[in-house]
Amino acid sequence: MTRKQKRLAIIAGGVSVIGVAVILVLFALQEQIVYFHSPTDVVEKQVSPGTRIRLGGLVAENSVARGQGTTVEFAVTDTANTVSITYTGILPDLFREGQGVVVEGAFQPGNPLFVADSVLAKHDETYMPKEVADSLKKQGVWQGEEE
Amino acid sequence: MIVELGHYALVMALAISLLQSVLPVIGARRPDAALMEMAPAAAIASFIFVLLAFAALTVSYVTSDFSVQNVWENSHSLKPLIYKFSGVWGNHEGSMLLWILILVFFSALVALFGGNLPFSLKANVLAVQAWITAAFLFFVLLTSNPFQRLNPAPIEGRDLNPILQDIGLAIHPPLLYLGYVGFSICFSFAVAALIEGRIDAAWARWVRPWTLAAWTALTAGIAMGSYWAYYELGWGGWWFWDPVENASFMPWLAGTALLHSALVMEKREALKIWTVLLAIMTFSLSLLGTFLVRSGVLTSVHAFATDPLRGVFILGILVLFIGGAFSLFALRVQTLSQGGLFAPISREGALVFNNLFLTTATATVLVGTLYPLLLEAVTGAKISVGPPFFNLTFGPLMIPLLLAVPFGPLLAWKRGDLWAVCQRLYFAAGLALLTALAVTYFATGAPVLAALGIAIGIWLIAGAITDIALRSGAGRVAVPIMWQRFKGLPRSAFGSALAHLGLGISVIGIVTVTAFSTEEVTTLKPGETMVSGPFALQFEGLKPNTGPNYTELQGRFIVSRDGNRFATITSAKRIYTARRMPTTEAGILTLGPSQLYVALGDETPDGGTVVRVWWKPWVTFIWIGAVIMSLGGITSLFDRRLRIGAPATRKATAVSAGQET
Repeated sequence: MTRKQKRLAIIAGGVSVIGVAVILVLFALQEQIVYFHSPTDVVEKQVSPGTRIRLGGLVAENSVARGQGTTVEFAVTDTANTVSITYTGILPDLFREGQGVVVEGAFQPGNPLFVADSVLAKHDETYMPKEVADSLKKQGVWQGEEE
Repeated sequence: MIVELGHYALVMALAISLLQSVLPVIGARRPDAALMEMAPAAAIASFIFVLLAFAALTVSYVTSDFSVQNVWENSHSLKPLIYKFSGVWGNHEGSMLLWILILVFFSALVALFGGNLPFSLKANVLAVQAWITAAFLFFVLLTSNPFQRLNPAPIEGRDLNPILQDIGLAIHPPLLYLGYVGFSICFSFAVAALIEGRIDAAWARWVRPWTLAAWTALTAGIAMGSYWAYYELGWGGWWFWDPVENASFMPWLAGTALLHSALVMEKREALKIWTVLLAIMTFSLSLLGTFLVRSGVLTSVHAFATDPLRGVFILGILVLFIGGAFSLFALRVQTLSQGGLFAPISREGALVFNNLFLTTATATVLVGTLYPLLLEAVTGAKISVGPPFFNLTFGPLMIPLLLAVPFGPLLAWKRGDLWAVCQRLYFAAGLALLTALAVTYFATGAPVLAALGIAIGIWLIAGAITDIALRSGAGRVAVPIMWQRFKGLPRSAFGSALAHLGLGISVIGIVTVTAFSTEEVTTLKPGETMVSGPFALQFEGLKPNTGPNYTELQGRFIVSRDGNRFATITSAKRIYTARRMPTTEAGILTLGPSQLYVALGDETPDGGTVVRVWWKPWVTFIWIGAVIMSLGGITSLFDRRLRIGAPATRKATAVSAGQET
């Protein structure tokens, strides 16, 4: 091979790898990302059943009820609107009524209940999930430090 | 008083760094030997002052001096002594101080062991290090002062976040920073070379040991962090593609690429421009990581509670250094001469392949990490990019890369013979194929990808062994001679073989756990039994227990297999008294390379306890592999060519470097 051909071969190889990577990234960004919503967003935007979303807010007072086995039902609120959640599994250590949480899952067809497959709470008591803090500020019920 | 001295020492270090930022550069331009010579002295002095500051903070932690705000916020008089030490960097201010301490530590190492560097290059490298040091000292002194006093002093502290009260905190951050910050040396070398407008194979030889040292520490640091998260958080996962994990993973990927491209530059004087660019990019990614963790833009396990000023400040540092370095690169790139030629099929070609895939993979991780931030900034929509994204983008890029690894070391420099290499790898390929068949046969219903993944792991391991065997002359010479040759192989050959072998072991661990681990969540009453994998676990009930600064409920499980009771597992729900904060202490039983992992949940109204049990076959391979990779790095670091500071080699390096220039 001449010098030019060698260089072309290397460039062609490089471009094709990067091309594949770009296609993969674009595809994954369309298919594999999860949007965050507050309970008010859910009510206003009508999230279609089956679409995976993250839902964040405060665990409503007196809403936590243990069902069969390891199933737990609770409600997430941003004080304006409330969404009922059902979750099977172990709740995070800092999951409490009145605390901020983010749940991930989807609404089931023909049912207002949100089925969560993961529940994230904050990791220490001075820390609130950022999305939750933002949505609470929007509702004007933020009680933490002002930024 | 000690606290004020610590604060004063930091200011002194800043003043010295400012001098060190300017004078050596002027000295190198003039040239003025006296101005250049101040650089090593200043570097050592600022290291001593930062060390004093760090010692002062440590003393106030150990003596529980709650008149210091930082100590009050993060310590408690009842906290065990080891956590009083490690607690120094268990918070934003203290960890930033550790960051700077490691930065000046590396500068001091260059000052002490850089005797074989050209005078002006050494002066410029230390000056660039001082720019970084000064910028971060300003940051600490202006926005994150760990020596802030409280008046009146509280009687008791608020305690360290319980999740951090673990031996992991003593090991993970220092190792991680040694890696993260260690890449600053590569950055400084790159920028210094651009300032001088001159770069050659000797440059790569000087940079390589630093890259290797940083990479080794970062590998160990990330692995340690992964294991810590695994056992401490009680979620049973070892990697979450959390943005902050990515923040440390990106410099690792880029650093791995740098390690390989510096090799090409050292041996063949090719890829010069690319290597310099990569050195800049690697540390830029470290800086980006620092920004992501400390600016408060992320929601994460690691995110420190922060005020916005800090984010803006670090963003400023980020823009200044990355922008500055890339502008300099653009200005000076013309003056760097292009080096040796090589055919696409050659050792150089293989290393270019490695670099292409590693940097592309870094870019996909970067996109996945930054896209949510950009989208929110532009449209206000909040999204999360999780494991599915990375599995789909990062995963496919890794497969060709891993398949190519055993070829690299076997290909000749300049022009290789792919077919000959294939023949040498028959044994490894056969072994991998057999493994794939065995996996599909024994684990009926195993996903095809699992068989492929495990086969790739075996391919890597067998390839690494083949490499060493062939270098020793296996099949060509008698066994005693082979042994002689084996002993005479350069340490770097063992280093790269070990690193590749470790990679194979990690791959096997990752694939096995992903494909074959099982998870059970159930409610148990005392005396009841549940099944996980091949084991039965009998729950004995909860028992209260008291520790030095916590109370806990311990759940004991008796583990049996085929009716034989052979072990117990204790898992606990803890409440740390000072913060009233509950944590889950996972119970882990290690059986060979596999682990049985038990986490306790809440108690149910009917007297049961929610229990979550994972059976994780071969999970420890993930971290064992990473440790072997680090050992490979250490082995390579002790190679005769690279040994820094040893008088005999210094002479040898100087002579050989002289010949090449």
